[in-house]
Amino acid sequence: MAILEVKDVGKRFGGLQALGDVNLSVAENTCHAIIGPNGAGKSTLLNCLIGKLIPDTGSVMFDGKSVLGRKPHEINQMGISRVFQTPEIFGDLTVLENMMIPIFAERDGAFALNPLKMADKQADVIERAEAMLEDMNMADKRHMHAAAMSRGDKRRLEIGMCLSQQPRLLLLDEPTAGMARADTNNTIDLLKQIKDERDITIAIIEHDMHVVFSLADRITVLAQGTPLVEDTPDKIKGHPKVREAYLGESA
Amino acid sequence: MDAILLQILNGLDKGSAYALIALGLTLIFGTLGVVNFAHGALFMIGAFCAVTLNKILTLSREIVDETRTDFLGNPLKVKVPYVEGWFGPELGAAIIDWSVPLAILFAIPVMIAIGYVMERGLIKHFYKRPHADQILVTFGLAIVLQEVIKYFYGANPIPTGAPDAFRGSFDFGVLLGFDPNVIIYPYWRLVYFVFAAIVIGAVFAFLQFTTFGMVVRAGMADRETVGLLGINIDRRFTIMFGIAAAVAGLAGVMYTPINSPNYHMGMDFLVLSFVVVVVGGMGSLPGAVAAGFLLGVLESFASYSPIKNFFETYLFLPSIDQIIIYLVAIIILLTRPRGLMGRKGVMED
Amino acid sequence: MFGLNSKDTRLLLIVAALCLFAPFLLNPFPEGSELAQFNAGYPDLMQRFVIFGIFAIGFNILFGLTGYLSFGHAAFLGVGSYSAVWMFKLLGYNVLPGIVLSVIVAGLFSLLIGFISLRRSGIYFSILTLAFAQMSFAMAYSVLTPITNGETGLQVYTDDPQFLMGANSPNVPHLFGLQMNATYKMELGAWLFQFNAGYYLCAIIMLVMFYLAVRIFRSPFGIMLRAVKTNQNRMNFTGLNSRPYTLAAFVISGMYAGLAGGLMASMDPLAGAERMQWTASGEVVLMTILGGAGTLIGPVLGAGFIKYFENIFSKINDSVLHGWFAFLPDGLEDFVVAILHPFVGKGWHLTLGILFMLVVIFLPGGLIEGGQRVARLFRRKKQTPDGKDPEHHPKPAPHVAE
Repeated sequence: MAILEVKDVGKRFGGLQALGDVNLSVAENTCHAIIGPNGAGKSTLLNCLIGKLIPDTGSVMFDGKSVLGRKPHEINQMGISRVFQTPEIFGDLTVLENMMIPIFAERDGAFALNPLKMADKQADVIERAEAMLEDMNMADKRHMHAAAMSRGDKRRLEIGMCLSQQPRLLLLDEPTAGMARADTNNTIDLLKQIKDERDITIAIIEHDMHVVFSLADRITVLAQGTPLVEDTPDKIKGHPKVREAYLGESA
Repeated sequence: MDAILLQILNGLDKGSAYALIALGLTLIFGTLGVVNFAHGALFMIGAFCAVTLNKILTLSREIVDETRTDFLGNPLKVKVPYVEGWFGPELGAAIIDWSVPLAILFAIPVMIAIGYVMERGLIKHFYKRPHADQILVTFGLAIVLQEVIKYFYGANPIPTGAPDAFRGSFDFGVLLGFDPNVIIYPYWRLVYFVFAAIVIGAVFAFLQFTTFGMVVRAGMADRETVGLLGINIDRRFTIMFGIAAAVAGLAGVMYTPINSPNYHMGMDFLVLSFVVVVVGGMGSLPGAVAAGFLLGVLESFASYSPIKNFFETYLFLPSIDQIIIYLVAIIILLTRPRGLMGRKGVMED
Repeated sequence: MFGLNSKDTRLLLIVAALCLFAPFLLNPFPEGSELAQFNAGYPDLMQRFVIFGIFAIGFNILFGLTGYLSFGHAAFLGVGSYSAVWMFKLLGYNVLPGIVLSVIVAGLFSLLIGFISLRRSGIYFSILTLAFAQMSFAMAYSVLTPITNGETGLQVYTDDPQFLMGANSPNVPHLFGLQMNATYKMELGAWLFQFNAGYYLCAIIMLVMFYLAVRIFRSPFGIMLRAVKTNQNRMNFTGLNSRPYTLAAFVISGMYAGLAGGLMASMDPLAGAERMQWTASGEVVLMTILGGAGTLIGPVLGAGFIKYFENIFSKINDSVLHGWFAFLPDGLEDFVVAILHPFVGKGWHLTLGILFMLVVIFLPGGLIEGGQRVARLFRRKKQTPDGKDPEHHPKPAPHVAE
């Protein structure tokens, strides 16, 4: 069953047709990758999915409800979490505090006025945050300033923050961009583990073929704003059109 | 009709000053990405350039005039400015009389130098700091400049007159076919408006038609890309800061006959100029100029007695002219958050 | 204690002790001595320390936690003062209704201004608050003269109704009969210590407000406010709406400012428009930055520091300077005095401006950061290999590679 349905989405910027008639459906509990050469419209599509851009035509449905025109925090509350190209975390806060925030958000909603509660007495939240840090192998860093960590650790923390909200869909925007090989492999392992252990749908936009082929169940190839093919990784690898549009260039 | 015209004319001089200060503020915003709270102080320093030049020109020595005597029968001591000694009494007196326009020549190098020193010595180090820090350090600088002027020139306003030829008023209405004595307009205000228009035109022409201006405009649109092209954008921005300082300074020089300069005039104008910039749209030069004139004229209308009385009688708001600018600014910002001509993405982080 | 961890409790106790013993601590020099001019232990100044402390603590909740720089907080202080004086005029000189009303009115006013200003962030927000503050100033100064008494300032007249005023109520601000200007003077040898009722009322309120601020800093709400400062994007994509958080912080800090205004009027039943001018807003920004924005104790230190030196510097004139430098040869003495002259007396604002710039440029963390740096320096010196007392070192400790 499809959890995310993109129907006939089109978006123009002035004279440039960034997206034209994109149809895409992401099945529940699968990992779906969207790949394509530079300028294929990957980022535009992603921005349409999270409400940052409103497409000119078409609809984006998540779990039967439209996401268009909603604010980011509302989209998040529908069950979509997003991992950014450069890790977006709370740099001035400690790792533990970072991890507590999504749990507070889940417990208390978009806004809670509780200025006289003490954060260090919220045992339920702290317990969950520490458990998640344990899962992410970061328990030893819990009192570190988040900004002081390596890029790979920041990514790990960001993914952990997203997971702690128990989202139904995790959107990843080039999660290994700008990472050293070792960090990339770590991140791939982490994502594989998440995929295997949790009931979660993952949509990943990626440049790096290594990442895509080691994770994805299905792949959509985007070129010049329209989907070229959609199939399983094995079929995509041998597909002549894809070779021509994408792999041929980068190989 | 004539009353409306008169209010428009009355608003032009203040509007010109707002427009000139806001123009410089926007240039600095747009190019350097810095909020300059010391910009009002530059306007004030410009005004004090005029005061200083006037003081220099009237430096006098005392001589004894044998031909005349005071009431006790002693020979009269008279003060003769040095300038009159050097250039002869007539030319000397004319130079003193024209000290305010002459101060333009004096103020341009002074203001550019001050702008240069400010940018290189202080602002440069704040490009990468948060906006709050930029606001705070320029705010501190504004206090310092203001207090320095206060120390040297005292707290009282120093009247500095326009040349004799431009003193007084003339019947502007007659020129346009209205009845005599309906629209009386002081000469100097007209001069100020024309001067402001010329300066604004010059800045726009400079940005439009020179390579330098082209680079600066490109830099305003996308600073990083221009930097990548190998153009030394920082250097140009320094010069831009100097020009913005000079524009503010000139606005101050010519404003002295309209309002006697005092040390806190910069702060008074600064707040309104910020409002002008925000209403015009942050980073939009035409927006700053248009909003400057618009708000100046609006203020003038609000001080027009029938309108003022209306607000006082029906809305219980006496002195509406004091707050009208803020009220309008708030309404504009609520309906058009980016200002009249603001672009998306400027200063929105 | 009070639900705080041991470190915060210690801090609270230190502040409490400082407040309690301030009349002693601020009067270290015997009366009539050369140094008595550096004493600050008289009621008027001590009241100002704690009142501006409250103002700065509140401002810090907004600026220190969320990073939103308001240039209009003096407006809330002014509104608080006006409300309190109106209570004195209508009800009588008991300060309690005045203080309560000043907090409520400032809260409502900051809700209105915050609701509009917080539609924008960054510089726009600063300029909007600045414009609102100037507008409030203009309204207080002229537009709303019937309410604010314009240029003259609002004060209590004998023909005001003062409905709750009993026959034998004191004719000055009081708290259930305890007059705010009541001062107990204690002479100990050459020393004179003054214990003022108004000061202690303000100090107790400041302690409560400080305690509340600590709670806010340590609450989930406080974490959210810091999150707003660090990364609004991540915040929104975590399902949180940042605007109500910033608005709540704005209103809370507005109420702190209103409280400070109300207390100011309670100590001296006057309210004038000049309290609302944007330079007054600049002053509280300065106190917070100088002490250390985002730290708990910093704003209080900053407020005390500025108010103390304002008082001292304004009192120094040329003859005082000549007295200090009399040991120098005549020409040099005149020279030094001439150099220092612009910075003292009426030149206090110049000193303040320079100090402000220096702090922003070199010490963005304020006095707290400065203190930490010095402390670190000493700690490092003590760890030098030969372990000698650093004071007996002829040379500075060698640089350790970092």
